[in-house]
Amino acid sequence: MKVNGVERAAPDDTRLLLSDHLRHELGLTGTHVGCEHGVCGCCTVLLDGAPIRSCLMLAVQAEGHELTTIEGLARDGAALHPVQQAFHECHALQCGFCTPGFVMSVVGLLAQHPHPTTQQIEEGISGNLCRCTGYASIRRAVHRAMELSPLPLGGEGQGEGLQGGGRK
Amino acid sequence: MKPPPFTYHAPGSVDEACTLLGTLEDAKVLAGGQSLIPLLNFRLARPQHLIDINRIAGLDRIYERDGGVAVQALVRQATVEDSDVVARVCPLLTDAIHLVAHRVIRNRGTVCGSIAHADPASELPAVLLALGGSVVAKSTRGERVIGAGALFAGVFETTLAPDEILVEAWFPSSSKPCSVIEESRRHGDFALAGVVRAGDRLALFGVAPTPVLADRLDPTRGLEPSGDLEASADFRLHLIRALTAQAFAA
Repeated sequence: MKVNGVERAAPDDTRLLLSDHLRHELGLTGTHVGCEHGVCGCCTVLLDGAPIRSCLMLAVQAEGHELTTIEGLARDGAALHPVQQAFHECHALQCGFCTPGFVMSVVGLLAQHPHPTTQQIEEGISGNLCRCTGYASIRRAVHRAMELSPLPLGGEGQGEGLQGGGRK
Repeated sequence: MKPPPFTYHAPGSVDEACTLLGTLEDAKVLAGGQSLIPLLNFRLARPQHLIDINRIAGLDRIYERDGGVAVQALVRQATVEDSDVVARVCPLLTDAIHLVAHRVIRNRGTVCGSIAHADPASELPAVLLALGGSVVAKSTRGERVIGAGALFAGVFETTLAPDEILVEAWFPSSSKPCSVIEESRRHGDFALAGVVRAGDRLALFGVAPTPVLADRLDPTRGLEPSGDLEASADFRLHLIRALTAQAFAA
């Protein structure tokens, strides 16, 4: 599997969840683990460009696919991804635990709907839980990300993987 | 490690998957995993074998047949949501998919998986039942078609045999008014109660062990829904009456 553009081996243990593989084996701890049954959205990553819950997939299932985690959106020292920049500008986070999941969901949302309606934004973030900011500033951040996003939206070095429609 | 121990199989063809299902004891088919993996993570399900069908090629088609639309086992719900064919042939299915969880879940979850999982509060089994659709089940013994009315047997229970794979669901087209309406606490949650109208037919979900057909003039007859923290039994019955009236008001 390719993780953030780098070829990585699949784990030997077939029981390992993708979320745990990313965190424990690959050290990519930006993907957070909250509920572990697909409700909170913290572990959202992109699989072939489309957001999915990494706690609801076995790591071996990602073999042959491209994954993007929060670490893959912008290289160290490079400009932030437009969605990250928008969350920063709009103070769309407080404790930050849910933020990587929100950012990955919003990247997916804007790939699917480059100019989402208010309803599409609300639906797009309704699968992620935030327990401290409330959602007003997160909604504002999605609008801001829309303004900041050159189209098509893409992460650094991810090629066509982030442009949506790459779903298997 | 969250899931309980299992042996993982990733067959490359439907025949190979059928052989595995026919020979292994206590095997479960893994498609989108959006229901099965949570059950594994909670250790509510402990199958000895997981048969991951995601590597099977040619099982991800949506196509028209027999005056309806067929959705194969590996078609993701999001693909159905975006499908022009589905929107044209069976717009009720498109409407229903919007109510299934969230887009991030639908990117992975499958239509056939939802039906085989047979959650009583799930939309898609009720849509299949209201439309009078069917599924195609395959095993080493052959292939058979199961009508929606004969498919749902109980809570999370279907009449699929342990060695059968649900390879396709077929949703007939309807020229009559169709709608799906549900009440849930938040968008994407499981419904407290819901109704599907397909012409004169009415199917209910969330109020019985399986989706059930009902009489539009007396939709709650014979129903004994359970009450919980989210909604009392009486409130669920009230919802069914209100949602039915809404569905047939147009």
